[in-house]
Amino acid sequence: MPNETQAQATQVPTPARITPELLKLHSITAEEYARIEQALGRTPSLTELGIYSVMWSEHCSYKSSRVHLKRLPTKSELVVQGPGENAGIIDVGDGWACAFKIESHNHPSYIEPYQGAATGVGGILRDIFTMGARPLAVMDSLRFGPLDDTTLPKEITHKNHAVVEGVVHGIAGYGNCFGVPNLGGETRFEPCYSGNPLVNAFALGLVKRDEIFYAKATGIGNPVIYVGAKTGRDGIHGATMASEEFKEGSEQKRPNVQMGDPFMEKLLLEACLEVMQIPGAVAGIQDMGAAGLTCSTCEMGARGGVGLEVELDNVPQRETGMNSYEIMLSESQERMLLVANEGREQEVLDVFAKWGLDARIVGKVIAQNRMRIFHHGELVADLSNESLTDDAPLYHRPVGTWAPPVAKEAPAGVLDKAVDYTAALTKLLAASNICDKRWVFEQYDSMVQTNTVQGPGNEAGVMRIKGTSRALSMALAGNGRWCYLDPLTGAKHAVAEAARKVACTGAKPVAATNCLNFGNPEKPEIMAQLSAAIDGIAEACNALGTPVTGGNVSLYNETRGVGIYPTPVLGIVGILDDVTKATPAHFSQAGDVIVLISPNTAKPSNWQAEFGSTEFAKTVVGELWGVPPAIDLDNEAALHQMLQLLARRNFITSASDISDGGLAVALAKATFRAGLGAEVKIDTELGGLQTLFSEPATTVLVTCSHKSVEALVGTIEKDGTLMAQPIGTVTAEATLSVTVGSENVIRAAVGELKQVWSQALESRLATEVLA
Amino acid sequence: MKFGVLVFPGSNCDHDTYNVLDAVAHQPVTFLWHESTDLQGCDAILVPGGFAYGDYLRTGAIAHFAPVMGAVKKFAANGGLVMGICNGFQILTESGLLQGALMRNAGLKYICKQVHLRTETTDSPFTASLSQGEVLQMPVGHMEGNYFCDEATLTQLEKQNRIAFRYATPEGLVTPEANPNGSLKNIAGVLSEGRNVLGLMPHPDRSSEAMLGSADGLKLFQNMVSALAAR
Repeated sequence: MPNETQAQATQVPTPARITPELLKLHSITAEEYARIEQALGRTPSLTELGIYSVMWSEHCSYKSSRVHLKRLPTKSELVVQGPGENAGIIDVGDGWACAFKIESHNHPSYIEPYQGAATGVGGILRDIFTMGARPLAVMDSLRFGPLDDTTLPKEITHKNHAVVEGVVHGIAGYGNCFGVPNLGGETRFEPCYSGNPLVNAFALGLVKRDEIFYAKATGIGNPVIYVGAKTGRDGIHGATMASEEFKEGSEQKRPNVQMGDPFMEKLLLEACLEVMQIPGAVAGIQDMGAAGLTCSTCEMGARGGVGLEVELDNVPQRETGMNSYEIMLSESQERMLLVANEGREQEVLDVFAKWGLDARIVGKVIAQNRMRIFHHGELVADLSNESLTDDAPLYHRPVGTWAPPVAKEAPAGVLDKAVDYTAALTKLLAASNICDKRWVFEQYDSMVQTNTVQGPGNEAGVMRIKGTSRALSMALAGNGRWCYLDPLTGAKHAVAEAARKVACTGAKPVAATNCLNFGNPEKPEIMAQLSAAIDGIAEACNALGTPVTGGNVSLYNETRGVGIYPTPVLGIVGILDDVTKATPAHFSQAGDVIVLISPNTAKPSNWQAEFGSTEFAKTVVGELWGVPPAIDLDNEAALHQMLQLLARRNFITSASDISDGGLAVALAKATFRAGLGAEVKIDTELGGLQTLFSEPATTVLVTCSHKSVEALVGTIEKDGTLMAQPIGTVTAEATLSVTVGSENVIRAAVGELKQVWSQALESRLATEVLA
Repeated sequence: MKFGVLVFPGSNCDHDTYNVLDAVAHQPVTFLWHESTDLQGCDAILVPGGFAYGDYLRTGAIAHFAPVMGAVKKFAANGGLVMGICNGFQILTESGLLQGALMRNAGLKYICKQVHLRTETTDSPFTASLSQGEVLQMPVGHMEGNYFCDEATLTQLEKQNRIAFRYATPEGLVTPEANPNGSLKNIAGVLSEGRNVLGLMPHPDRSSEAMLGSADGLKLFQNMVSALAAR
């Protein structure tokens, strides 16, 4: 690096020859370019133009969503770190904190499913351990196109199969080798995700409350150290790609997808955590994810109010002849940028050498709030940090109105037809959104680290914290179909359902992370969806006491001009003070009484309109209409508190959420684990369809011993918000029998139902459409 | 009495195995780094699961050349107790401490789930307290757990009663349905000729506390403790 700072001040990076084509290649609009020239007071170099293009991309700058994201609640007494860092952090007690976040890797996972999904997992894991937290668990929210829709062209079905296989294999390949348990999450299928799958990866890690590290550069003169994998030409412009709609020929962008090396990441984890244990050696650290070295350099400087000066000759490189543009924009994986305290650099380098990793001093912290990049001693970029981060364009994109093109009322006659409920239940259990996801989660190591108290296939994942009596509970949810019908209500449900699942385990939901997957924000109706969904999340997170500590926005999820369902995915984290009181999700004891808990309010009058959003309408009727179920968030909060109380008092032996498929499906699924049966009789004036297959909010099934039913009902109904209705008993005989009013409407062998449910996904995958 | 847990780069289950010995079985235990040839006077060696050196090559193929494995071979030749779990089993077969090989699962996919094992021999320091045919529940988590050996070896293993565990139904029946990975004759774990080295694909380290789904795996560790105490 040149020593004469005076001489550098007069140096100016060589201007690029700016043409409309060049700007188009960088997805920079004419207005944005004018801003760049104004900020610089000169023409940018090619490297600088590349840097602006990634930092001002939708993916990095949130330019379309930032004005709306401000409406989300982000604070509570437990929040240690809100949005703006690599991950959010909450205090979990006993001196521990947990870092967690969810992020999308949708576009890369369509182009190259294995690597796209694998590096999605790798990226979110680095976000966690860069803060000093050891990853404790991961989960994924996956959305795919249908596997067996005969109305689709064969090549689309084939691609859907390839995406499912590749994505699941990629998540497994990365996480298993890295050594973090995967607790499942959720997998859903809808036609709108053909050609635009969603891969949202969630990770959570544990860190001592007083040993958290931040991505902030401090201390003028401190050395900047590059650690981890060498830089190659992979992933250049990944962030820009993730900010465009897919068109014909998007597959040509394959070189934009990064390659993952989970073994390298495992070594990086161990080395980073070890180096952080040396008191006072590390001043700040950030992973190199989207926009690689560019993003870490300017963001670390901006957060610390200082600058970073880097000589690219010192960056370990995998290929020869890379120019400064390529090095700055590379998205090679498994790399970190670290600022050591001056004089301590050798201790840092020694730890990385022990783990066999590259670690090189590439620059230093400077007083000016700028990023200054040299290559072969020549200044190639000299930019103000703010101009790249805080001063990035902020768009108040026009917010139009969104009205889904579906009927408000049920098609004539469809709800009056006679229905064989046992056949309908069987069909629903095989539906792709309801069936067993064993094929997915058995490919994931869900038990490594020996903390998994409740793994995949339960309501939520429950992880104990070794050395304490506590556990953390976590769940993901997001029903795109509901958000399509009504983004505001649908988004409330996403928060409520994830939190309800956490509460079912007995834990107190305390914080949220969100991944907002939407279409093209330049369309006013898409902005209407986004804005309404954010309002819904804000309202629900406020009501349920779960502030949003971070997350990710993924826009331009469109293929050939057709957008996905608006799909906000919510991750909720809860704290369980006593891990031994975690409530299971399944029936475990014959003779237990089954109790339905729901709000103590009159049943909605417009159940027929709400019924159009159910799995029954989709799978059995084959139609979509109406609105999602109404939800009262105060009732929801009361239910969550009640579930915690019941767990604390050892009142209940299981708790499960009524969701896709309604009460009938929930009853069937609760019997499967232990191979028990249930004898259910529901006294109601409502019809069987509404009782068994509607999907009301704020409703759960619990079981308790025969002798504690009265006390249980009394406790639940005490303050009048909730009602508890004993509806039957768990039986040793493995038969599911359901009577509504006076009519026995479902009678089936549990073994047969379970067979259908557990084989559905595998048989769909096995039936490749070869003909 | 001291236990040593090997640590290769990528050994994910080193901490899990350490934790069982330390926090559950309450035994002295130490980590042994792959580059060291000093076993620090340990009385038993655990080769943990995970992905030693990433296992981008055949599983265990690189770990076999680690300096520490030279010391472990000498230790085993002198009758020292060695248990290899999952990747540890793969490393032990690559190192020639156990016979046979672990191939890619029959389904070609990684598989993680609870399985049941039938105890095939109680004549070993790892299984002495078990009863013949006793069924244990432990999870598996592997991509290459499909045990294979040639016929001569199989005959020898059977004749010398060196098959430690087979995959079975919860009732103890050895059936094709109970076999998660295509292993020859449902073999889940084998012993060395000296009966002092055990390798198995299922994880006793993940099944030593009831809270995690099963405590059956702890019996293997406890048997090792008893065997060492009796020496």
